[in-house]
Amino acid sequence: MATDTTAYEEMIKGLWRDNPVFVQVLGMCPMLAVTNSAINAVVMGVATFFVLVGSSFLVSSFKQWIPKQVRISLYIIIIATFVTVVDYSLLAMLPAIHKELGAFIPLIVANCMILGRQEAFASKHNVKYAVMDAVGMSGGFMIALFALGSVREILGVGALFGVDLFGSNFEPWVIMILPPGGFLTLGLLLLFFNWFTERRKQFLGKVAEADRAAVLGVDKNG
Amino acid sequence: MDDLLWIFISTLLVNNFVLAYFLGLCPFLGVSGQLETSFRLGLATTFVLIITALCAWILNTYVLIYAPYLRLISFIVVIASTVQFIEMSIKKLSPSLFKSLGIFLPLITTNCAILGLAIFATNRGYGLVEGLTFALGAGAGFTLAMVLMAGIREETEINDVPALIRGTAFNLIIAGILSMAFMGFAGLFSST
Repeated sequence: MATDTTAYEEMIKGLWRDNPVFVQVLGMCPMLAVTNSAINAVVMGVATFFVLVGSSFLVSSFKQWIPKQVRISLYIIIIATFVTVVDYSLLAMLPAIHKELGAFIPLIVANCMILGRQEAFASKHNVKYAVMDAVGMSGGFMIALFALGSVREILGVGALFGVDLFGSNFEPWVIMILPPGGFLTLGLLLLFFNWFTERRKQFLGKVAEADRAAVLGVDKNG
Repeated sequence: MDDLLWIFISTLLVNNFVLAYFLGLCPFLGVSGQLETSFRLGLATTFVLIITALCAWILNTYVLIYAPYLRLISFIVVIASTVQFIEMSIKKLSPSLFKSLGIFLPLITTNCAILGLAIFATNRGYGLVEGLTFALGAGAGFTLAMVLMAGIREETEINDVPALIRGTAFNLIIAGILSMAFMGFAGLFSST
């Protein structure tokens, strides 16, 4: 795989086509738990970015020396190390947000997307591709987090990043920032994503058919 | 005693691990297709949760007071090895149970409810008995959510649902409605 795709393609695929949340449905727990405001979602996204890129880099650099039987445990220990770094850095730099995210920063360890990328990609590719893939995947994760977080904050509080959007007449949908809102918003976003993919597939199918018709037409004429 | 009951009921219903804290969503959305298997997975998870609460308490009391920054790494290693150990012992002691649990047993390691339990119990400063009650409540809550979800999914399996909605989006919307229903329990303790 590493030979016929460019590093750029490895990065770009995570953003949309293989988006970890919308397409692969991975990493749901942090996804839903911290997206009650846009700023929490962004901080979570950055934290995941750091952990995923760091551990992909380490795993792919050391892949020759990792014995196959204990690889999963080693990946988890590497991930846990990076998460500890993030946990303590956030505690020092953004104590308020750290408090709000609470237990969900340490829970990045259990984000199956991160372990999944180590197992499926970083352990099989060289450092450059592994890092590019990690950047793309965590970028896609960040997009999903931000989409969910901003929708929930706009509907639930009537603000974005704490800036009031609708004035005092807006009656906030409190349910949106509560747990059910997370499930419902993600469900609807997935629905939209499915619909979009389906439309695109139909469109591409039509294009292919038109092409074939054109080719056949040429044959008949010739 | 009242305290323990409060912890149990609140983790079972009000702060349900799945529907209020979003922990353990992967099995909740992934393997809740059948009532029977989700119930069994719930029981196995409860068992692992209780063992984890015990291990977390031991670690917190005797080891981690000297090195709090190792908490996360030691928790995850202990959980992974506990699950491995339980898997081996069940395989030895009761091959039939092992067979019926199948792939779910190793999957419990990556269930964030387990790590979440250890972290929550630590953050709230629970002692041994409180921690075990918390684990029992969390496990029961997880089983309850799994069984409810599996029941609904089995019912809707034969319903006429648009093909576009089928799958994760549909499950998430069901989960949202379930979660809304569970919010009703929030008033349970306000009067006392």
